[in-house]
Amino acid sequence: MSQESENNAKAYWKANLRLVMICLVIWFVVSYLFGIMLVEPLNEIRVGGYKLGFWFAQQGSIYTFVALVFFYAWRMNALDRKFGVEED
Amino acid sequence: MELQTLTYIVVGLTFALYLGIAVWARAASTGEFYVAGKGIHPILNGMATAADWMSAASFIGMAGLIAFNGYGASVFLMGWTGGYVLLAMLLAPYLRKYGKFTVPEFIGDRFYSRTARLVAIICLILASVTYVIGQMKGIGVAFSRFLELDYDTGLYVGMAIVFFYATLGGMKGITYTQIAQYVVLIFAYTVPAVFISMQLTGNPLPQLGLGGTMADGTYLLDKLDMVLTEIGFKEYTTAGMDNRLNMFVYTLTLMFGTAGLPHVITRFFTVPNVAGARRSAAWALVFISLLYTVAPAVGAMARLNLMQTIEPTKGDYLVYAERPQWFKNWEKTGLLAFEDKNGDGKIQYTADKATNEMVKVDRDIMVLANPEIAKLPNWVIALVAAGGLAAALSTAAGLLLAIASSISHDLLKGILTPNISEKSELLASRIAMAFAVLGAGYLGLHPPDFAAGTVAIAFGLAAASLFPALMMGIFSKRVNRTGAILGMLSGITVTMLYVFQHKGVMFIPGTSFMGGMSQNWFLGISPNAFGAVGALVNFAVAHVVSRMTGEVPKDVQDLIEHIRVPAGAGAAHDD
Repeated sequence: MSQESENNAKAYWKANLRLVMICLVIWFVVSYLFGIMLVEPLNEIRVGGYKLGFWFAQQGSIYTFVALVFFYAWRMNALDRKFGVEED
Repeated sequence: MELQTLTYIVVGLTFALYLGIAVWARAASTGEFYVAGKGIHPILNGMATAADWMSAASFIGMAGLIAFNGYGASVFLMGWTGGYVLLAMLLAPYLRKYGKFTVPEFIGDRFYSRTARLVAIICLILASVTYVIGQMKGIGVAFSRFLELDYDTGLYVGMAIVFFYATLGGMKGITYTQIAQYVVLIFAYTVPAVFISMQLTGNPLPQLGLGGTMADGTYLLDKLDMVLTEIGFKEYTTAGMDNRLNMFVYTLTLMFGTAGLPHVITRFFTVPNVAGARRSAAWALVFISLLYTVAPAVGAMARLNLMQTIEPTKGDYLVYAERPQWFKNWEKTGLLAFEDKNGDGKIQYTADKATNEMVKVDRDIMVLANPEIAKLPNWVIALVAAGGLAAALSTAAGLLLAIASSISHDLLKGILTPNISEKSELLASRIAMAFAVLGAGYLGLHPPDFAAGTVAIAFGLAAASLFPALMMGIFSKRVNRTGAILGMLSGITVTMLYVFQHKGVMFIPGTSFMGGMSQNWFLGISPNAFGAVGALVNFAVAHVVSRMTGEVPKDVQDLIEHIRVPAGAGAAHDD
């Protein structure tokens, strides 16, 4: 591998890791933080018949996960093109 | 039409459809058998993945767990969907880029060692067989109700059908039938949920109905909390599972396990390219979420209906002689039992073990009994039976394929007899399937837990062994052969010892050496939840050992570089 393409691959990998980290933080917050650790204070807030903490644990976290994986696929495909490493 | 006849017709029709597809798309080569020739469209593959994924545990078991554990069962909802986020971002695209057939194959190449491959095979088989036991429980429940047999006989019938069906098609047949099965199972799951949500809250969307109000103006969840606390159960919306740390670790275990279970990972070998793998994982989660966001409504509404059938008004219990037909039907399976302790002929249902007369309510019957309890039309009930069977069959088939391919492709062709012909390899993998069905069926006669609980143990095993090895294989260039092997071994050993000491060796009753009592739980973590601890041990051991032993060879470092970027097809590393 030439120096240039090696640097390009490194930069691509770094951008990829950054994107994954951002997604994982959100992933952690909606499930472990809102759904488990902060469930009691959030349960004080009500949305219709749902207590908010309960809602995050049984509904909200799942909706967020779906949004996350699409966001990831979309951003990664963009990164592939930006760094010119997409498939032929 | 009579319910029984209708059920036969609906189940018969769906089975004819699956078999038709399996015959039409049967596999001719090993490539088609293992990964369907890598030609499946990402959205269709997402659908097949969803069917593969949503097993009897999801379809039959999960809503029952939610119904009886309330908030505590959230670990299953978050765990089994959140794991997909890990799978989509950390594993699927890279493993697709790597581009061969099986998980042990990747581990063997990345850690440049046959021993690593062998250890991965063992871990894979342990996790998959445990998972199939959970499916067998679900299949046994579904067939026993559907054919009005006792549980054991229902299980034998199920084993025969699963075997016939999985050996025929291989991955190609399985993929196309799974697409059909997804449609059947999601339809079967949501239709009764919509009906019941309409009945109880007037809202056709179960996801909203769960947060909606009932005819008397109270919120459904508030009503459920009230009904349950009145007779001594814990409040539905806040009842945790053991303790907060346990819930945390349990969720983590299910997520790691989701990302580490071989039959789901293999699915991403079947799409045409890396971008396809990312998209396919995203679509799979959409299809899965359709069921997973409905399940909490099914659970809560089933529980409320059950309570109100048995105790229609406060203090006025159902008379046993006047019990409804569904009650009698489930009594026949032995999964529901009543004992008139005070001899008044009425069914007292309370949280107090001494006076409770519903002596057995197997959680796994809730989804199948739910439409009957809600008095829905017969065709809906027949549909649910067909959906439950679709879920159990599709997952069992996917798992059996993962087991079979690891034996024939990894163990025989990869390690023991490299010169084996393609034809003998296919034959060996069908024979391996037969043994896996028999073994899992035998253990399914005495499952260690309810369907979803058994499945949770399988996730623990995968979480502790395969997930860390795969992740480190992609994200670290320092973890070497020795580190990976010792990491996997220590992770799975820690988890297995912990599970076996509480649940019995290979789940055989009476062989547990410390008993299942919760006082002996390490930091209050239940055996089903322990996989994440095993995974941490695996990560730690692998890193420390790799630090003390040699560097990763240059050609393997190049392989890692190669799988990290989508461009450039074909495998770079040859062993």
